[in-house]
Amino acid sequence: MLIDWFTVGAQAGNFLILVWLLKRFLYKPILAAVDTREKRIAAAIADAEAGKSLAQKERDEFRNKNEAFAAERAALFARAGEEAKAEGARLLAEARGAADALSAKRGETLKRDAANLHQAIVRRTRQEVFAVARKALADLAAVGLEERMAEVFIRRLGEMDGASKSVFAEGLRSASVATPVLVRSAFDLPAAPRAAIQQAVNGASAAEIPLRFEAAPDLVGGIELTANGQKVAWSISEYLASLEKSIVEVSDGAVA
Amino acid sequence: MRLSSDELVFWRHGFIKVNGTLVYTWALMLVLAVGSKLVTRKLSAHQERSRWQNLLEMIVIAIGKQIEEIGLRDAGKYLGFLGTLFLFIAAANLGTVIPGYEPPTGSLSTTAALALCVFIAVPFYGIADRGLGGYLKSYLEPTPIMLPLNIISELSRTLAMAVRLFGNMMSGTMIIAILLTITPFLFPIVMTALGLLTGMVQAYIFSILSAVYIAAATRPAGPEPIPTPIPRTD
Repeated sequence: MLIDWFTVGAQAGNFLILVWLLKRFLYKPILAAVDTREKRIAAAIADAEAGKSLAQKERDEFRNKNEAFAAERAALFARAGEEAKAEGARLLAEARGAADALSAKRGETLKRDAANLHQAIVRRTRQEVFAVARKALADLAAVGLEERMAEVFIRRLGEMDGASKSVFAEGLRSASVATPVLVRSAFDLPAAPRAAIQQAVNGASAAEIPLRFEAAPDLVGGIELTANGQKVAWSISEYLASLEKSIVEVSDGAVA
Repeated sequence: MRLSSDELVFWRHGFIKVNGTLVYTWALMLVLAVGSKLVTRKLSAHQERSRWQNLLEMIVIAIGKQIEEIGLRDAGKYLGFLGTLFLFIAAANLGTVIPGYEPPTGSLSTTAALALCVFIAVPFYGIADRGLGGYLKSYLEPTPIMLPLNIISELSRTLAMAVRLFGNMMSGTMIIAILLTITPFLFPIVMTALGLLTGMVQAYIFSILSAVYIAAATRPAGPEPIPTPIPRTD
C-alpha cells in the first residue's frame, strides 16, 4: 500500500506545525522588518521632500533678497553719485566764492595799501617840497617861505577885480571881534607876515578888520582867507596836484 | 527497492511508527525553522542588511507578490499556508542533491497529507471570506446541475495534486536509481540536475494550484468589476 494513513496524519500535523513555526520565525519578522524599512524610507523621502521644498523656499527667498539688495545697492550708488556730484558742485561754488572773497579782500587790501602809500607819498612829498622850497628860498633870497607866501597872498588880494573886490570888502566889513575873519595857513605864520596880511586886508576893506590866524595842516602850504562866504586863497596844492597825478598813475600801474 | 521512504521504518508501536518520511520531514522542519530563526535573529530595518536576510526577504516578498497576482486580495493572510507549502516542497525536492536523502514528497502519504491540507484550507478560507452560505452556493454555480460535478472536481483535483507531486518526485528518484545501475556516472548527475528543476517546478505548481483553488473559493460570485482608473491628484 502506497498510502500509510498514520503517516498521512502525522505529515498533516507536521505541516501545520511547520506553518506555525515559519509564521513565527520567518514571515512575521521578515514582513515586520520590511514594513519598518518601508516606513523609514517613506519618512526619509518625506523628510527629503520637506527639506527640498524648504530649500526651494529658502532659495527663492534668498534670490528675492538678493535682487532687492542689488536694486537697493544700485539705488544707493545712484543716490550717492548724485549726492557726490551735488556736494562737489557745492564745494566748487564755495571754493569759488571763497576765492572771489579772498580776491576782493586782496583787492581791497591792495587798494588800501595803495591809498596808504599814496598818502604817505603825498605827505612825504609835501614835507620834502616844503623843505626844499624853504631851503631854496632861504638860500637864494634869504627870505622865509612864510614871508614869501604872505607876499604872494597879498599880491592876490591886490589883483582882484573891482566887483569881486567890493563884494570881498563887504564881507570883510561884516566881521567883528566876536566873529573875526579867519586866516588859515598850513603852519603858524610869524609876526611879520601876519602884520603884512593885516595891513593888506585893512587896505582892501578900508577898515580895521579883526583877523584870527589858525594853523591848518591839510592846507598843504598856503594861506586861505574866508569872510562872509568869500574866500581868497593861495597854496601850493595845484603844484602838488600834477605830482599827485603822476604818482597815482605809477601806483595804479604797480597794482595792476 | 523502496518505492517510498514510508517503507523505511525506524520504530513501530502498533499503529504508530516512525518511518523515513517522518524523519526526513522533521529534519527539513528543523532546518527551515532553525535557519529562519538564525537569520531573523538579527534583522536589520536599515538599508544595510545581511545576505541571508536579503535572500529571505526576496523569497517572502516574491511569494507574497505571486499570491497577489493570482487574485488573492490580502496576501499576508495566505502567506503562512501557501508560502510554507511552497518552501516545504521546494526544500524537500532540493534536498535530493544530498546523497542518501529521500525526499518526503516522494511519499504518497506526504503528498496526500499536503493535498488534504489544501482540501481543508479551500473551504476554510472560502467560508472565512464569503460565509458558509456564500461558499456552499459556489457549488451550485453556474447551475445547480453542476453540483455533483463540482463535488467530484473538488475531490479529483485533490487526488490529482497528491498523485502529480508524488509521481514526479518518485519517478525522478527511481529513474536516478535505475540509471545509477545501468549507465555511467554522468547520466545520474544530469538527471539529478534535471530533478532539481523538476522539483522546483512541482513545488511551484503545487502551491500555485492551491492558491488558485483558494482564490476560486474566496472570489465573490459574478463577473469581477472592471477597475476604473483613479485620476492622480498629485
